[in-house]
Amino acid sequence: MKFKPSALVAALVFTATSSMAAQTVVGLITKTETNPFFVKMKEGAQAEAKKLGIKLLTASGKQDGDTAAQITALENMAAAGAKTILITASGDAIIPTVKKVQAKGVQVIALDSPFDGADALYATDNYKAGELIGQYAKAAMGGKPAKIAMLDLFPGHPVGAQRHNGFMVGYGLKANDAKSNELSTAPEIVCAADSFGDQAKGQTAMENCLQKNPDINVVYTINEPAAAGAFNALQKAKKTGVTIVSVDGGCQGIKDTAKGVIAATSQQYPLKMASMGVQAGAEYAKSGKKATGYVDTGVTLIANKAIKGVDSKDTKVGTDLCWGKK
Amino acid sequence: MTTLSSGNQARAIPWGALGPWLALLATCIFFATQSDRFLTGENLSLVLQQVMVVGVLAIGQTLIILTAGIDLSCGMVMSLAGIVMTKFAVDYGFDPYVAIACGLGMATLFGLINGLLITKVKLPSFIVTLGTLNIAFAITQIYSESQTVRDLPSEMTALGNTFSIGSTEVGYGTMVMIVLYVLAWYMLRDSSPGRHVYAVGNNPEAARLTGISVDRVLLGVYALAGLFYGIAALLSVARTGVGDPQAGQTENLDAITAVVLGGTSLFGGRGILLGSLVGAVIVGVFRNGLTLMGVASVYQTLITGVLVILAVAADQMSRKGAR
Repeated sequence: MKFKPSALVAALVFTATSSMAAQTVVGLITKTETNPFFVKMKEGAQAEAKKLGIKLLTASGKQDGDTAAQITALENMAAAGAKTILITASGDAIIPTVKKVQAKGVQVIALDSPFDGADALYATDNYKAGELIGQYAKAAMGGKPAKIAMLDLFPGHPVGAQRHNGFMVGYGLKANDAKSNELSTAPEIVCAADSFGDQAKGQTAMENCLQKNPDINVVYTINEPAAAGAFNALQKAKKTGVTIVSVDGGCQGIKDTAKGVIAATSQQYPLKMASMGVQAGAEYAKSGKKATGYVDTGVTLIANKAIKGVDSKDTKVGTDLCWGKK
Repeated sequence: MTTLSSGNQARAIPWGALGPWLALLATCIFFATQSDRFLTGENLSLVLQQVMVVGVLAIGQTLIILTAGIDLSCGMVMSLAGIVMTKFAVDYGFDPYVAIACGLGMATLFGLINGLLITKVKLPSFIVTLGTLNIAFAITQIYSESQTVRDLPSEMTALGNTFSIGSTEVGYGTMVMIVLYVLAWYMLRDSSPGRHVYAVGNNPEAARLTGISVDRVLLGVYALAGLFYGIAALLSVARTGVGDPQAGQTENLDAITAVVLGGTSLFGGRGILLGSLVGAVIVGVFRNGLTLMGVASVYQTLITGVLVILAVAADQMSRKGAR
């Protein structure tokens, strides 16, 4: 390489000004540290921050629902000079603190989980995620009368309601719109139970549903661990030919889809949520323009078998984009 | 409630001990009138399979509560033991039985550590197990990377299978739970180490003066409780077919709930082990029955809360009456 004095001067000047202006700091707060979904999210944020020369701070709660730790993290990050904080809220308890840091000029962007008062939201359209698997299940049934079990999250969670109601609309049943926090019901739904998104509790819920109605032939599940639990319960009860659909797109869920345990799942993209968030942080630092509104980070239907009339991708595509151990 | 003259009688047959059985009976009658599917052998067998994990945790928890202690770490120790046994078998290719033994060993070790901290460092059980709760939880998450362990050898899930008695499918795991209850109940009632557990819980100073080594009893109780958590881990793994790092988070308090509902006194020294099984079954019956009725599960939580307070109040009143 040839020595260019002008380039060196330029580089020196650049370093001097950028260090004077101080490096842009962006904070990322997730629900938990170790859940593969959030690990993937952090990866996305780190890669983007490295590319843009941004300093990234990260923190998380101990478990889903741990809003106290998230509130502390919001305060600490604002104190550490973060001008943009990205957060997957564990609950609405963080809202007052969000308002406080916003008053200090910090932009707060919600990732994955919506809450009132965020400057912007980068998340999966959970209603659409539900609709896609509803349409798939309808097509898979091929006109046979449905007896549906709904393995929901837990009462009062907006994401749980959006996926639930979206599924119903996709299946051609009447249900509340995407803004509703209420779970709709229909005669075709013979059982609804809470799975807490957990495999063991999903299995218990499915067992109890089968007691209520042994002829269940379609199972909607809030996420893939609940689906695995439902499959286990069906297998123990020696039921076959039941269509299980789900939402998430984690690598274990995609593996289950490839095996046929899950017929189809709506895959979401945590990496994209985080990288878009970091980009918004860079933009705010540069131009002072805050991000606004809702950006759909996309959802893809991954199916074990493609069905005519329903647009889906195979599990190879799902594996390329999944999170967790492949 | 109890007069002075009937004080001795109240101690011999604490009316609180009948409470859990009556509550269970009333609950079953109620659900039987609400759903014709409730009172079938198949359904009741299912409820037992659903409570077997909490049921076995509650054996360990009962032993500890009888000594006037408490164990907040039970669910997390179970979760860690489940991850250890499944990872050892799947990731390192250990023989399934050796892997299971490693999991049981890990749980027993945690129990022993709890016991040592309580007896040798003289820390209160509440604080010690609050610490080990966090330690076990964190190790589980770090070691498993918060991912379930799958594709288990069939030996590991055998206890999740069922066999037929007539037309009813009974779980092997359920049988393990019942056998453990009978064994532990017999030991507590009729063996001298068992009687020592009650003595230590009633009055450790008096127990010491009669020549009982209080520390040895406590160490034994905590280590044995750990072993029961390990067995609960095996049952959980067998039932779900995976090693689940999220297991145990609610089971922690569910086990204490079962013990309290079962009429064991949180002040130690009083209680009947079989009551804890009844306590666990009551919670399971509510969950199952409400689903059959189509009622949201949050009501199960509500009812459980009310029952816990009733149970503790009954215990408190019968203690006053016995004095």
